[in-house]
Amino acid sequence: MKLTEDTLQKIDEVISRYPDKRSASLMVIHLVQEELGAVDLEASEWIADLLDLQPINIRELITFYPMLREKPWGETHVRVCRTLPCALRGSYATCKKLEEKLNVKEGCVSSDGKHSIEFMECLADCGEGPVVMVGDQTFENIDEGKAAKLAQLILDDKLGDTKEFISYEKAVESIQSSKS
Amino acid sequence: MISTQKTETVSIVLDGEEVEVPAGMNLVDAAALFQKEIPHYCYHPQLSVAGNCRMCLIEMGTPMRDRGTGEAILNEDGNPKIGWVPKPVIGCATTVSPGMHVKTISEKVTDCREGIMEFLLVNHPLDCPICDQAGECRLQEFATDYGRGYSRYTERKNVKPKRTRLGPRVTLDDERCILCSRCIRFTQEVAKDDVLGFVDRGSYSTLTCFPGKELENNYSLNTVDLCPVGALTSTDFRFKMRVWFLKESPSICTESSAGCNILVSSREGEIYRITPRRNDDVNDSWMTDSGRSLFKKVRAEDRLAVPSIKQEKSSLDQSIQAAAESLKDKKVAIVGSCHATLEELYLLNRLSKATKSKKYIRGHFGEDDGILLSADRTPNLRGALASGFANAYPRDNLSKLNSDLKKGVVDAVLVVNEDLLSSGVEAESLLGKSIVYLGTHANDTTNLAEVIIPTLTSFEKKGTFINRSFFVQGFEQSIPGLPGLLPDVHILSKLLDELDNENKVTSDFSLIWKNLSSPPNSPFKGMSFSDSLRGSLKVDGAKWKDLPFVESNALHYKK
Amino acid sequence: MISKKIPKERRVILKNADDPSYSNKISCYIKEGGYDVLKKSLKKKPEEIGEEVLKSGVRGRGGAGFPTGMKWKFLDRKSGKPIYLICNADESEPGTFKDRQIIHKDPHQLIEGMMISAYAIQAKQAFIYIRAEFFEGAKILNRAITEAKAKGFCGENILGSGYSCDLVVHRGAGAYICGEETGLIESLEGKRPNPRIKPPYFPAVLGLYQCPTIVNNVETLCNVKHIMEMGGETFSKIGKPNNTGTRIWCVSGQVKNPGYFEFECGALTLGEMIYDVCGGLLPGRTLQAVIPGGSSAKILRADERFKGTHKDGTDFDWGIEDIPLDFDGPMAAGTMSGSGGIVVMDNTVDMVEAMANINAFYAHESCGQCTPCREGSLWMKKISSRMCSGDAREEDADLLLSVANQIEGRTICAFGEAAAWPTQSFVKKFRKDFLKKAKTQKRKKDSLQLI
Repeated sequence: MKLTEDTLQKIDEVISRYPDKRSASLMVIHLVQEELGAVDLEASEWIADLLDLQPINIRELITFYPMLREKPWGETHVRVCRTLPCALRGSYATCKKLEEKLNVKEGCVSSDGKHSIEFMECLADCGEGPVVMVGDQTFENIDEGKAAKLAQLILDDKLGDTKEFISYEKAVESIQSSKS
Repeated sequence: MISTQKTETVSIVLDGEEVEVPAGMNLVDAAALFQKEIPHYCYHPQLSVAGNCRMCLIEMGTPMRDRGTGEAILNEDGNPKIGWVPKPVIGCATTVSPGMHVKTISEKVTDCREGIMEFLLVNHPLDCPICDQAGECRLQEFATDYGRGYSRYTERKNVKPKRTRLGPRVTLDDERCILCSRCIRFTQEVAKDDVLGFVDRGSYSTLTCFPGKELENNYSLNTVDLCPVGALTSTDFRFKMRVWFLKESPSICTESSAGCNILVSSREGEIYRITPRRNDDVNDSWMTDSGRSLFKKVRAEDRLAVPSIKQEKSSLDQSIQAAAESLKDKKVAIVGSCHATLEELYLLNRLSKATKSKKYIRGHFGEDDGILLSADRTPNLRGALASGFANAYPRDNLSKLNSDLKKGVVDAVLVVNEDLLSSGVEAESLLGKSIVYLGTHANDTTNLAEVIIPTLTSFEKKGTFINRSFFVQGFEQSIPGLPGLLPDVHILSKLLDELDNENKVTSDFSLIWKNLSSPPNSPFKGMSFSDSLRGSLKVDGAKWKDLPFVESNALHYKK
Repeated sequence: MISKKIPKERRVILKNADDPSYSNKISCYIKEGGYDVLKKSLKKKPEEIGEEVLKSGVRGRGGAGFPTGMKWKFLDRKSGKPIYLICNADESEPGTFKDRQIIHKDPHQLIEGMMISAYAIQAKQAFIYIRAEFFEGAKILNRAITEAKAKGFCGENILGSGYSCDLVVHRGAGAYICGEETGLIESLEGKRPNPRIKPPYFPAVLGLYQCPTIVNNVETLCNVKHIMEMGGETFSKIGKPNNTGTRIWCVSGQVKNPGYFEFECGALTLGEMIYDVCGGLLPGRTLQAVIPGGSSAKILRADERFKGTHKDGTDFDWGIEDIPLDFDGPMAAGTMSGSGGIVVMDNTVDMVEAMANINAFYAHESCGQCTPCREGSLWMKKISSRMCSGDAREEDADLLLSVANQIEGRTICAFGEAAAWPTQSFVKKFRKDFLKKAKTQKRKKDSLQLI
């Protein structure tokens, strides 16, 4: 299990910010997962060793939180919100359409490892439901029709360039202050 | 044994009755003092409070006081008005405070208990017919009191790993687990070996070890005792015997000078398992795994069963006669044992005086684990000192005997339960010397012995041990001994009769204890054997405080 | 119901959030007068800030509505242990999306509010516990903190005052229970986020690392800045007595224009919010039910009437549109305003499926520590899922109610109530739907799939 120098540096820096080493567990697991895609048993033991803990203490955390994984998701991971406000605006149909187009069932990774879908709990953007996250970008108002288009863009790997779907994060970042 | 130290008390009102309870106690223990049972699963008096089973919910209230004046508000009948807390509180996390009112039984409390009981049974498998815990299962016990009697649950129950190996001695059945976390808290706090944890969440939470690690420390079987249901079971005891057939007799563990209090579970003279007994001064509610397996020695292959003279089978009386013959008018050496009881050591001491023999004794030592396995691997070294048999701290060998044998100072040896040849005594030193062996198992020395008189294990006789904290702990017989054999005290007193014409000592325990406690400086002043059975009695060990005791700081022991 | 005058928002916290020329960089914030309040507050004594917050009467915006000034008063300042301030940015209550806006669009407001609060309680270190799904939000906050540190607004020796407080962004990992304050503290300590039993583990006394800790919501901490800016007295005059200041309401569900809106407490009613501000329901639909405070709150039927007497002696007789949007209004109507997430359901919604959706959420998010919530929430989910997949029975409604009643009040934390209240209220108020479901075994016509 090899981590880049950059990640190791970030890990050291993160541990130093907490009064107690154990507190850094979640952040360290996040950093390891970001680089390796998942935190398998070997990585758990490494992290436990680093923080003076027992491996079971790390495994307890990884299996508790849905976002921490022992097996990686696909390269492009799609999250669809299924809680009531989004469901009321059609998120179940959205998820079905995405499953159909990306050819992978929710909770699973496609056979070529490229795509995966997760039907998960509230993503905290309920006013603009149904909410779909692709990677770390949040896309709003993805009804069934839009879901088909979104899926196509994902398959063609053109989601980053398109003007048709601007994620919440891109919209925020694109605001350049004209007040300065 | 629950500690009976006097502490200050507070007054609370328990189910309408005003009572005094020790300060700082929680409500579960306080109610138990007055024979009111508050059912609970996750609470254990010797572990930290988790408060997650929610079975000990009770109603609590405090007398209402006027906000402005601070005066007590009264009802129409003149009694103080009680402000009952709207939600029930858990008894295990609530410490007693002066003036608090507690209802351990009421409609609300019963409703809570029935609700929790139903929830516990919702995902619990119907394993009672094949579960070892049946008969001592807290789920069964409280279900008889608070169960619904029928199930309203018509969905599918959660499926989890069943009968997995959690460790070399413990079997885990995750479906039965009620997630009380007692085992996790025990391994973290007492055994100091953090290997257990919960994975996944919600109702799918599962107890497990990290893959590749196991629950293998020397206290793993305590989790089996702690587990209120049949999730953690002993692999050794699995399917051997239903617990309602077992007779439980109290005894003392002989593994080390920790002197753990134990319960011997036997049926028709066969021991099936050993479990710890609660003693707040000695071992809390724990014991080592290695101490539990000591009962296997009772039916071991190398157990001495028949007395013999010159390696030929004989009867007990004849062997005792022959033994007396071998020792009469000889230069006798008596090798005692730190495994012998206090009464046996007393008689050995008398014997040595009567025959003017030299006394030898060795200790058995090992590594101290800081909890309940002390460095002194014998239960009664301090008994040897207190009885007067040993005058110095025993070494771990008998080389002095070896040299005395070589010098010719000794020509007959009475050995009690020690293998001379593995204690530094050479075989050639024993050539031509008469050896009388009193012991339980065969070894190299018994092959050379002239007379072998088999004796009984600690499970088959009664006696007293003194543990590392100088607690005198008595134990009674748990199972019958092998046919035709007698306890050591009987054999020794018979030998005394043979070798000392004026012997007045018998195997009568009250007589032995009278003799032990009557001398003016006796540490046993005022004690009797029945006292030692009732609880651990502290004796003053000041006389021996400068001896090089090998034990380190451990549970309930400070050097 | 169209009223002539559409209530106007009063954007205090969200003043700059949707301004297309306002970026989340520090230069923009300072230009708008940012960090001036911090400068002024540092010149005051910490107790004075606590007094202002108490005077303002501001109540927690995370869901419980506990007066913040009182919470700070309970802090154990005499123990000698270090004090910690934690910002609860783990917005996971379904229906709530207000903290997202503050974090992404105006992070410096939060940082300033936190620094003022940290100074007021003399915290040694401050943490922002942000949910992991806000990937960009964490990056934005980290960037903002670096900018603020560079200018001396947080970290060592803030603005030369001698007071130091480091600010650390800690990411969660997708658990709703981390929004519970003791669950959050356990998660911050690196353990499984099982909430602690209270008593004895009140965060103000035994919190993070068993030291006194204050946990506040993002919106509440931003309000602290505005309280110090205008003064506690002035703040307490906004809104109504005991319901002071402004609140950000998040409307979602089947309305024309869902979104987030900031109003003074009590400035508008539920009807005005749904019909005027959000443009009413979709064409051809009528209102069936509203959940006023995130999915944990009890549901309200559109045709219900709410009668009673207020604490001050006045009577009230409300329809659903008349319920004022503040803290006490929904409470008088038998529900709660919670985190301010209003979910609107129109007549096409199959109520049993809606409840099944909510039950599935709570069953999935239960931490599993205590028996009633762990077993009860999953049992309720299994019953409601079974009802929606063609196997409903008449007795299921009563069974659900019985199970929910056995959970409420018996758990370690308020998650038990949060899981029990939706079921209790749905079954009590929509019993006919449950019985009909048992008869027809079919989803309501025109309803979307909700489970």
